[in-house]
Amino acid sequence: MSGALSSLSMTAIPPEDEALRAPVRAFLAEALKDVPAPVRARSWSGYDGAFSRALGARGWLGITLPTEYGGGGRSAFARYVLVEEFLNAGAPVGSHWIADRQSGPLILKYGTEAQKRFHLPRICRGESFFCIGMSEPNAGSDLASVRTRAVKGADGWTLNGQKIWTTNAHHCQYMIALVRTSGEPEDRHKGLSQLIVDLSLPGVTVRPIEDLSGDSHFCEVFFDNVQLPADALIGAEGHGWEQVTAELAFERSGPERLFSSIVLFDEWLAFVRTEAGRTPSAVRLAGRIMGQLAPLRAMSLAVTRKVAEGGSPVVEAALVKDLGTGVEQLIPAAIADDLYGRAEGTPVPLELLLTLEYVTQVAPSFSLRGGTRDILRGMIARGLGLR
Amino acid sequence: MEDIYADALRGLLEDCCTLRHVREIEAGGPAGALWEAIEGSGFANALLPESVDDGAGLTLADAFALLELCGRFAVPVPLAETMTARALLAQAGVRRPGGSIALAAGPLDADGALHCERVVFGRVADWVLAQVEGAPSRCLLLPVDAAEATPAVAPLDAGLRWPADALAAAPSFEGGEALRLHQARLLAAQLAGALSAVFERTLQYANERQQFGRAIGKFQAIQHQLSVMAEHVFAARMAAQMGCTAGDAPTLAPDALRAAVAKARTSEAALEVAALSHSIHGAIGFTAEFDLQVYTRRLHAWRQAAGAESHWHDLIGTLLVDGRFERSLDLLRAATDPVAA
Ligand SMILES: Cc1cc2nc3c(=O)[nH]c(=O)nc-3n(C[C@H](O)[C@H](O)[C@H](O)COP(=O)(O)OP(=O)(O)OC[C@H]3O[C@@H](n4cnc5c(N)ncnc54)[C@H](O)[C@@H]3O)c2cc1C
Repeated sequence: MSGALSSLSMTAIPPEDEALRAPVRAFLAEALKDVPAPVRARSWSGYDGAFSRALGARGWLGITLPTEYGGGGRSAFARYVLVEEFLNAGAPVGSHWIADRQSGPLILKYGTEAQKRFHLPRICRGESFFCIGMSEPNAGSDLASVRTRAVKGADGWTLNGQKIWTTNAHHCQYMIALVRTSGEPEDRHKGLSQLIVDLSLPGVTVRPIEDLSGDSHFCEVFFDNVQLPADALIGAEGHGWEQVTAELAFERSGPERLFSSIVLFDEWLAFVRTEAGRTPSAVRLAGRIMGQLAPLRAMSLAVTRKVAEGGSPVVEAALVKDLGTGVEQLIPAAIADDLYGRAEGTPVPLELLLTLEYVTQVAPSFSLRGGTRDILRGMIARGLGLR
Repeated sequence: MEDIYADALRGLLEDCCTLRHVREIEAGGPAGALWEAIEGSGFANALLPESVDDGAGLTLADAFALLELCGRFAVPVPLAETMTARALLAQAGVRRPGGSIALAAGPLDADGALHCERVVFGRVADWVLAQVEGAPSRCLLLPVDAAEATPAVAPLDAGLRWPADALAAAPSFEGGEALRLHQARLLAAQLAGALSAVFERTLQYANERQQFGRAIGKFQAIQHQLSVMAEHVFAARMAAQMGCTAGDAPTLAPDALRAAVAKARTSEAALEVAALSHSIHGAIGFTAEFDLQVYTRRLHAWRQAAGAESHWHDLIGTLLVDGRFERSLDLLRAATDPVAA
């Protein structure tokens, strides 16, 4: 395995993809010029349908999907540049985020022609938003034990059960749900399938859950005898587990796992650049954080290269995610130590402190969403041949 | 292409640089025979242009695998440093002596002597390419046997002091300010190799050592420690590679940002990986006889040499706070986007 991982080497973003950066940056500078930092810091969970449609109109959603389905037909690097700029500017990407990153590629890979023709153009226009229905109250890390069940009838599926922690379910048109279509939870991977659930159907109830910072972005979703058409099934019946595993590799690679705290970092940096804000220890801290982020960005680009070449670098992505969320969590902790370790009376802008407060509160989620730290370390250990 | 060179160097080191040789030289034995074998193989000239001597014309990025091997085999002579020093001398048009060359920096004493307190490989090198502090662009090539040597902390290192008349006779060139950056990135590459060696040994040990009726690598707590080690080892390796990318033949000029990231990140990893490896090895790893310490002592020594992580964090932070970067992302891009040739 050391062989597989040491093949991660420095990778250049192709110039035609790098060329996207300037127009995206110019667009974001204008679109976000009046948005205060504590709001920009919510980037991942910022829901703004109009903003997503504006991106869609510019061809910046579904950029890796084929042009025949309304996509940009570009490489994973094109998306890398876009996402990097979105997150660093603190753009509200929450509405289209999951459709762009996971559901679109999943439908392209496993969907029928009709599913592709229906869903992909809507995703690319920012008209159709998706959520991920994996977790359940008793199936978090242990996903293979999901109980939500779909029973096949003469003209479709009857769905019963409950999902939880479903990000933005209350704003989405569709969920891709991992459900049991045969067997029992004890059968583990066997008998799981993925279904595209239209959330406007009768029998679906979505209840937002407030998080500890007062925001409501994730939800409980209940299915009570929901009638789904036969073509709600995506991919092959009983192959849900391998499909979900591939989907999680999309979710865990890319720049998503480095920049959750970057709006805070840049806001703090602006303060450190002032005469009142600059101290030797703050400069050192800035260097410490950048010294960790830089190799991670190089690693994440190398992982993107593997994705662009059609690979599924599961272990490498897990490694980058675990280290990346570590730095994302170090940033608020270390900045709080810096700002609140200064002499009383140092005038720190309130907006910076509010941004810090928000990121401090949500930081625990960085190493939960998309798989916990322990689960990722287990995956790395498997890659090392230890299990 | 690089693999051919790396395979050849690996073969050479497997023969003439076993841990027995390393231990003998560390214990005070002579390094001459090992250096002769290396010299005979031509690797010390790898960074020289093909037109010069038997230069291989490699860039530093090409040579990364060779530098890493120096760390992986705990090579107890300054091979990586000699490669760079020879290339710098060739570039400056200074005649190159035979023998190994360490890199150092130090101030001039009141009596005109040059004093380099901690020269990495100073005890085993034939020459030192030294930057004179206070005259930051001046670089002197000095014979070790003309210096008064004092012990340093690490067994292969030495404090060296050359009297003024030795300086007068020394070949010199302008352009020494980058020497510290060269040294930082060469140590980072060697750290990357030593980190991999420690990691692989620890992984193997975890698969072999049985407790409670099974290999300790079957315990989740140990698996997670190994996963964390893997993360540090691979991040450090990437950082070390970055350090070797900017600036290539014929100029070799290092990029300060990348050299700083390379040394800082490998130094951070050195600390974590050394601690985890000893934790997983239990008491046996704490013994002189067991080979782990040959590497973990190096992890600490090289972390400390040429500036520990805070030294380089200060530089990166200053570049970020005072530099031309609109956003932190732009510094990240400057550090990670491969440089156009
Ligand atoms: C902000 C946010 C958004 C989310 N969005 C979504 C979403 O859109 N869709 C969705 O489906 N889910 C979503 N999730 C859920 C997320 O994927 C789960 O929280 C995660 O998988 C962990 O499951 P759990 O919370 O049930 O914790 P548990 O699985 O109960 O884990 C609790 C603790 O036990 C540890 N643990 C569990 N099993 C093991 C093991 N085998 N070995 C070692 N340690 C173990 C875990 O690491 C953790 O520390 C979201 C979560 C958050 C915080």
